[in-house]
Amino acid sequence: MYEILKIRRLAPNVREYAVYAPEVAKHAKAGQFIILRVDENGERVPFTICDYDKNAGTVTVLVQEVGYTTMLMGRLNEGDCLKDFVGPLGKPTDLSGYKNIVLIGGGIGTAVIYPQAKQLKREGKAADVIVGARNKELIMYEAEFKAAARELYLTTDDGSYVRKGFVTDVLKELLDKKHYDCVFAVGPMPMMKAVCNVTKEAGVHTVVSMNSIMVDGTGMCGGCRVSVGGQRKYACVDGPEFDGHLIDWDEAISRLGTYKEHEAECRLRAGKGE
Amino acid sequence: MAVEKKPRNQMPCRDPKERAGDFKEVSLGYDLQTAKAEAMRCLQCKNPLCRSGCPVSVRIPEFLHAVANGEIEKAGEIINTTNSLPAVCGRVCPQEEQCEKMCIRGKMDAPVAIGNVERFVGDYMLKNAAPKKTDKKQSDKRVAVVGSGPSSLTCAASLAAKGAKVTVFEAFHKAGGVLVYGIPEFRLPKSLVESEINKLAAAGVEIVTNTVIGKTLTMEELIADFDAVFIGNGAGLPVFLGIEGEGLNGVVSANEYLTRVNLMKAYEKDSITPVYRGKNVCVIGAGNVAMDAARTALRLNAESVTVVYRRGREEMPARKEEIHHAEEEGVRFELLTAPLKLVGSESRRVTSLVCERMTLGEPDASGRRRPVKVSGSEFEIKTDLVIVALGTSPNPLIKDSFKQLKTTERGAIVVDENMQTSVEKVYAGGDAVTGAATVILAMGAGRKAAAAIAEKLGL
Repeated sequence: MYEILKIRRLAPNVREYAVYAPEVAKHAKAGQFIILRVDENGERVPFTICDYDKNAGTVTVLVQEVGYTTMLMGRLNEGDCLKDFVGPLGKPTDLSGYKNIVLIGGGIGTAVIYPQAKQLKREGKAADVIVGARNKELIMYEAEFKAAARELYLTTDDGSYVRKGFVTDVLKELLDKKHYDCVFAVGPMPMMKAVCNVTKEAGVHTVVSMNSIMVDGTGMCGGCRVSVGGQRKYACVDGPEFDGHLIDWDEAISRLGTYKEHEAECRLRAGKGE
Repeated sequence: MAVEKKPRNQMPCRDPKERAGDFKEVSLGYDLQTAKAEAMRCLQCKNPLCRSGCPVSVRIPEFLHAVANGEIEKAGEIINTTNSLPAVCGRVCPQEEQCEKMCIRGKMDAPVAIGNVERFVGDYMLKNAAPKKTDKKQSDKRVAVVGSGPSSLTCAASLAAKGAKVTVFEAFHKAGGVLVYGIPEFRLPKSLVESEINKLAAAGVEIVTNTVIGKTLTMEELIADFDAVFIGNGAGLPVFLGIEGEGLNGVVSANEYLTRVNLMKAYEKDSITPVYRGKNVCVIGAGNVAMDAARTALRLNAESVTVVYRRGREEMPARKEEIHHAEEEGVRFELLTAPLKLVGSESRRVTSLVCERMTLGEPDASGRRRPVKVSGSEFEIKTDLVIVALGTSPNPLIKDSFKQLKTTERGAIVVDENMQTSVEKVYAGGDAVTGAATVILAMGAGRKAAAAIAEKLGL
């Protein structure tokens, strides 16, 4: 059992969970993920690690309550336990070859780019950060990014905060004004695809983090396979990060919807408190 | 001396129509009477060839003799000296290719049904026998076992019996490896695997789940913490066809399909883990895993299940018994048929599998006749779920994170005749070494490694 030591509410239906998992914390690096199960009958769900504390033995994940398992998690309190918590899985982020970097976070993907922002600042090459969300309430980690980013650009789909528009609108403006050698984007697949369309045209290398469907997370099931440059790659062991310009986005987005009817059914059950 | 002919006692099985509708076990097992009668068919050869046919050299005539005398617990103890999982082996071993193939009785009427009797003894032991206290003194030698499938469980049991302190590390949330995620309930009940694992825990083996070696803990840490390490983490990445359309929705590996159903219990009505319930299912490949997937699809209410295989009936790698059971239950076979491409709908769901007919040519490197295309024979099978069961390639997690470990070009761990790897203190066995093979071969490797480790540690 893995105790939840701290829960922080960041937005309606978005919470940050610091889970006590000392071995995972000890070995975790930015960009890796964990798989958890809430209870004995739970499904295995992957979450990207957004922070970890080797001394406290905690690993932090950001959870938006959008499906059955995340809704169950929404009912947990500090001191409650998760049944299973395994990781760190996948390969860590490697941006060591780049100097002028833009980090882009969409929705809860924002949490994933935060450790990168911190690390890049530590390395003396603080990145420009673009954070986008549907509305003001869903803008997260603003203060943290202000401290870690060279420049922080915020945008909301509905214009309820700072400016109206998408992360790609901001990105286009930045690419016109400045020179970058790498873009690192994490968020919903359609957002990452849109970012890649922009950067491909501009010829800027782009890394994305794939949140594919998976079961084991160790390469066994093959459910997370992604076509990258015409080759079959597994998000769990070869990724989760890939060259965004090489990904077959239409296939990846469609594969994400493989079980959407079942998911809708389960969501309904979770809503009824079953 | 002439031996009186006595027919082999058939394994009682549930009615094919009835059993294809649920996940309960297909074979019912012998009763005591039948087990004794079958054991009495053993000729008690002075030089028992059956033993040499068994990868773990079970003392077959001795245990059969005990069963014939009604001494089931004694039979169990005899088996346990070389095989810690008789209830499992009695069910999933390809006996017809091993012990029973060598049985002299086979030349007269039919080989002794060694597997069926072994299963009877294994089940009896799980139900009735109290766990035996080992009189061996506990040693302070500590051994880490990576993975909890057949090779690891066997290695752990052997070493624990010799007094070692064994810790088993499993990546999943549940121990058992392929016995729980791969082999379906109707062929190997999970409660039985659980009992075997509980037995191991009762014998002092510590089982740690949710631990991926190479990620949660490194090989270097294990080597520093333990006196020896056994890697039995099994086969890894599923092999796909590499044909057009494999990224379509509704195309899954047998690993994924079976794991969702077996480990995650997706067959239960209220399961949170989803699984595709195809109406017209195609399974590509013809090994035991393909049969498991095909029969599972039937049980998930498929209207039709078709096994597509590019070679002929004789070349099918699955056990005859499994093929027979699958046919009885209504699985169809398209043999000498090679998949060409997968076609999907606008919403990227698979809708059909395009195949072409093959004919058998000259034998290839594997000794099997090579399939050759029949030109102009393309045809289409309508399908909404394609399960690819073409085997697996070794798991890359340990190899990638622990470079000093020597592996083959394909990624299999290289071992010497004592199952020792290129790294001091580190041993390996099972599918991680051989690529996808059988439960019993993995167990044989686990046992061999345990013997080498015990010798090295002076146990």
